[in-house]
Amino acid sequence: MTQAPTTSPPAIELRGIVKRFPGVVANDGVDLTVAPGTIHAIVGENGAGKSTLMKTLYGAHRPDEGEILIAGQHVTFKSPREAIARGIGMVFQHFMLADNLTVWENVVLGDEPGTKARLDRHEARTRLRDLGARYGLRVNPDTYVSELGVGDKQRVEILKVLYRGARIVILDEPTAVLVPQEVGELFTSLRSLTAEGVTIIFISHKLDEVRGVADDITVIRAGRTVGEVKPRDVTARELAQLMVGRELPKPIPRSDAPSETVALRLSDVTVAGVGDLPALDRVNFCVHHGEIIGVAGVEGNGQTELLDVIMGLRPLAGGSIELDGRSINDLSTRDRRDAGIGYIPEDRHKDGCVLSAPLWENVILGHQGSKPFSARGWIDRVAARRRTKDIIADYDVRTPSADVAAVALSGGNQQKLIVGREMTSGPAVLIAAHPTRGVDVGAQAAIWDYIRVARTNGLAVLLISADLEELIALSDTLIVMLRGGIVATLDPNTVSIADLGAHMTGAADGNDG
Amino acid sequence: MNTITRRWHEMNSWQRAIVAAAGVLFALSITRVIADADDLTSGNTFIATVGTAAPILAVALGGLYAERAGVANIGLEGMMILGTWFAAFAGWQWGPWAALAGGAIGGLLGGLLHSLATVTFGVDQIVSGVAINFIAPGVARFLSSEIFVGAGSNGEGTISASPNIAHSMGKFSVPGLSDGLKSLDEKRWFFVSDVAGALRAFVDRMAWSTLIILLLVPISVYVLWHTPFGLRLRSAGEKPSAAESLGVGVYKMKYIAVAISGAFAGLGGAWLVVNVRQYNEGQTAGRGFLGLAALIFGNWQPIVIALGAALFAYGFSLQEAVGKNPVKALYLFIAAAFLAMCIALMFGRKSWRAILGLAITGVGLLAYYFNTDEVNRQFVYITPYVMVLVVITFASSRSRPPATVGLPYRRGQVG
Amino acid sequence: MQTTWTKKVGDALLAPAIAVAAALVVSSFALLVSGHSPIAAYRAMGSFVASTDSVVTILNRGAPLYVVSLGVAIGFRMNLFNIGADGQYRLGALFAAAASSAYSLPRPLHILTIMLIAMAVGGAWAAIPGVLKVTRNVNEVVSTIMLNFVATGLSAYLLNNYMRNERVENVVETKSVPKSGQLPSLNGLIENFGFHFPRLTVLNGFLPVAMVVGIAFYVLIWRTRFGFDLRMTGASPFAARASGVKPARMIITTIVISGALAGLASTGFLLTDFIKYNETFPLGLPFTGIAVALLGKNHPAGIAAAAFAWSGIEQASRGLLDEKIPPEISRIMLGTLLMSSVIAFEVVRRRNLTNAVRLAGLQAVGRAAGGPLDTETQPPSPAAGATT
Repeated sequence: MTQAPTTSPPAIELRGIVKRFPGVVANDGVDLTVAPGTIHAIVGENGAGKSTLMKTLYGAHRPDEGEILIAGQHVTFKSPREAIARGIGMVFQHFMLADNLTVWENVVLGDEPGTKARLDRHEARTRLRDLGARYGLRVNPDTYVSELGVGDKQRVEILKVLYRGARIVILDEPTAVLVPQEVGELFTSLRSLTAEGVTIIFISHKLDEVRGVADDITVIRAGRTVGEVKPRDVTARELAQLMVGRELPKPIPRSDAPSETVALRLSDVTVAGVGDLPALDRVNFCVHHGEIIGVAGVEGNGQTELLDVIMGLRPLAGGSIELDGRSINDLSTRDRRDAGIGYIPEDRHKDGCVLSAPLWENVILGHQGSKPFSARGWIDRVAARRRTKDIIADYDVRTPSADVAAVALSGGNQQKLIVGREMTSGPAVLIAAHPTRGVDVGAQAAIWDYIRVARTNGLAVLLISADLEELIALSDTLIVMLRGGIVATLDPNTVSIADLGAHMTGAADGNDG
Repeated sequence: MNTITRRWHEMNSWQRAIVAAAGVLFALSITRVIADADDLTSGNTFIATVGTAAPILAVALGGLYAERAGVANIGLEGMMILGTWFAAFAGWQWGPWAALAGGAIGGLLGGLLHSLATVTFGVDQIVSGVAINFIAPGVARFLSSEIFVGAGSNGEGTISASPNIAHSMGKFSVPGLSDGLKSLDEKRWFFVSDVAGALRAFVDRMAWSTLIILLLVPISVYVLWHTPFGLRLRSAGEKPSAAESLGVGVYKMKYIAVAISGAFAGLGGAWLVVNVRQYNEGQTAGRGFLGLAALIFGNWQPIVIALGAALFAYGFSLQEAVGKNPVKALYLFIAAAFLAMCIALMFGRKSWRAILGLAITGVGLLAYYFNTDEVNRQFVYITPYVMVLVVITFASSRSRPPATVGLPYRRGQVG
Repeated sequence: MQTTWTKKVGDALLAPAIAVAAALVVSSFALLVSGHSPIAAYRAMGSFVASTDSVVTILNRGAPLYVVSLGVAIGFRMNLFNIGADGQYRLGALFAAAASSAYSLPRPLHILTIMLIAMAVGGAWAAIPGVLKVTRNVNEVVSTIMLNFVATGLSAYLLNNYMRNERVENVVETKSVPKSGQLPSLNGLIENFGFHFPRLTVLNGFLPVAMVVGIAFYVLIWRTRFGFDLRMTGASPFAARASGVKPARMIITTIVISGALAGLASTGFLLTDFIKYNETFPLGLPFTGIAVALLGKNHPAGIAAAAFAWSGIEQASRGLLDEKIPPEISRIMLGTLLMSSVIAFEVVRRRNLTNAVRLAGLQAVGRAAGGPLDTETQPPSPAAGATT
């Protein structure tokens, strides 16, 4: 910021960008101005439209309306390659690296030094070392990517775009996968990049980090730009308020109280992670019958592992899990299901349903071990069809019939089918991840009602959601996960959005302590 | 101990291959002395080994290209069969050198069919490979019925055999070296003669066709690791979406890789034809599959693949060897190897089941060795295949196949 | 949008129709190039096959082929490529043949036990690659192929040393299956209905066995929990695992069933036309079974059509000899039929998938236009947002 003369045009200027997808307006008039040689953060909730915006800038798709200016000149990108040619490179959250290739191979791929008949390996390594030295991104060129830690992989990704001459680097949630120490190293590197005149766009929702590193912050909410602030002028709490943009709904007060009996108890549950850090670190909580425990947290802080370990899909490294006072540590996934654990997975396409199978088979899925769908090893197709028709009616699944393949349904309808399947199986405990993700408002309210009624009738629910509104509306108690552990237990009746945001992003220690 | 492991890690793959081969040779020398089975390490056995290894090696290297580009190639056997037929045709018409070219072209056609199905149409790679293995013998038989029956100077062609190739390809010996090593080999001194015997395999009466296939090893190392083409080919098999995003034509790479794969397999088939100067139905006898096994054993690395092909070929060559039943001596060797591994595992405190399994097998083989005069003919036949199976079983847990082998890739797909 | 019965059948027949057309084009071309008239060839094939004797031969060959193909198909259904039917079939036949003469039982029981022996041996042999895959992650394609070679050597060893009929000097073979172990012919049964077979034409009793196995296969795969687990594993291994399927157990069970069916198929010859195991025992069958399973799309009805069509084309090609056309053209026909089928299946599958996804996209748009739009912007669904 300091080295940018006020007279030079902005490195990037986006004006009124609109991008629609079928059924959804992802960007609805976004404006963005980025000064050259600065770190510019873009913050917003999950699904606020940040990634869509960056893909537009990177040429992965074209905006429906609006204009893009690079260094004051109008541009249109037909493909990422045109964006690269204009000096724009993107580092995706999910690394685009080949594990079985070395660092230098990944970097030079497609743009190799030497001749067609001979790849100049020496030159490749030298250039890589030079780039690394210049920008403070040191990685051994000859290491295989599979042997690198996450931080090093990210450096390789950044080197990849710099090698191609990028002067503007977009980083999509670069810290989501890093441990704190690595975050510090990344920020040092980003500083040396800007010192060399590179412009950085930094997408994040970890507000404390953003405030620490960014020169400017643009806040996006529901596809629109809602504010541009300087990090010095704003606290993390204010930023969180801006990001969420509304007061949270008050939970509907319940007349009854949860039962005293514990349905699901996790004691010191630990799950091994990729490196030395455990993915789950001594997690303790219990869910009573007739109670909904909501798990809040930025995605990737151990929620997936929590779901897997409860369902028996991932080995337990330590601790124990009890269902109605009985350890289920040694039970198979099917036994856990049959013992009365209902499960709404995070990724409905991968884990939740079989896309090529008809709806009535998808309704059996996960419950093929128990009545009414099977008895003594036989599948009862009549009962499955009957149940499917009930679910289609009760959960408003829009489908021509129970016999179409699940792939023919829209995402929201698939989700309603899955929720219906788990709720109608009469579970004692429901493990629900994002139960209303992708469904429309009307169906969302209906699903919430079903969950509330089931809770009143004694169902214990563990609710994991990225939708704060959903968490507040349903939960009796909120717990917050950060880096594989539980960092706060909150009362949804009294919690403020700023508090919740602070705990989720780890800003609570810095501001309150 | 630590210095040894450090040295090993500092070596490049060529050096490692030589050290490993020398180590095995040393152990074999001890075995042949104890078992009194000279043919276990004689020059003739090694000469036969290199010859037998050549077609397996060609196929395995062919598989390497396809799989490095992310296309599983079960159809190697079929491509090899096409290679044998086209080699025989070209050889009959224009001589042995044309046979090699003809074989490569025949295999290449099979490779193109495989890439058409798998790359263009996205058919499951195993399914397409199986189909090619089915089609190839049919095509060869039909073509034979149309072209070979009654053909040849003596009318020797039939539906299952081609006319003879008029000339043989010829062999070469390195003057001086071959004779010197031969006399050294015949002294049967401990280890020295065995090394001489092994070296003879490369300088004494080697067929030109064998040499060409052996040269494919360094050529493949160069092409795959020292050219932009090779890097792009491998990236297409490791992370096609990343390759595509960097401007690499993934479909094109896969097409070329599978075509090369077929051509190499066809060349392996041609080697068989040139060797006996004739095409015979069923000539490949599953070598395409052995090549696949060598590829897996070799962990998708050309030099290790060559060692794997040599290992399997050694098992076959011993069957042909005369003298004091070398296969029996091989059993002694394997028994010793198993027991040695067993002891090594005990120090490493690995799973007791594995140790027990190794111990039982080792002792069983030893018992068989001491209670048998001559190994049964059928046991001799299955020995190499069991060796493959055992070796793959141990190699599989540490194998690192290219990341996307077997997965269909559609342009624009994430992953 | 409503899927009618006729449309379903039309969809199912589209791919085979394309494949048959492609096979006819390629084989006609091959015939023309080699100087033969395709019309004459097809006519000769047609007239040869239209005889009672040919039909009986097709049924006799097709029934064991059907059973072995079902065995291959059950593995393919969950992406388990058991290429080892060859060895499983061979060892099943050998053990069944050797054991059958060692005991005696009343007819139906004797037949049944021989079949069970063949199935047990085939299943046990198939368990080896299953265990290797589950415990050591050994690719089943390579291990089953190697085990085929081992089975060849092992069966020769056992036959020579332990299972040989010592009374026959110049042929290495097992003793014959006793009368009580042989499947009766169906001639008598069918002649009750007034149909008369030509002399020496015998319709083997394995056909009903094959039919029972086909129905059992259907019931197992589509009506039982095991079949449900198996199909879900094949369609989506992750979803199946999340639903409680145990992958290791599925793999071993499936490959054992696959091997057992290969073993059973061998009794289709052993207990009918061949009654002993020797050099002439038909061993090429399992290899063909792989192709037939692919052609029949791993469905019992499709495989039935494929198995009998396959033996039909093989039988019909014998009629070509009279026209001085090499019968080997049938190999070209079958080969192209196979390759064009697997391509056509895949193309049609993708077309259906694209149509379904487009339908889903349209529904989403329709809802957005008509219904209340969520205030919170949703990330685009993979189907609708696949823009890159």
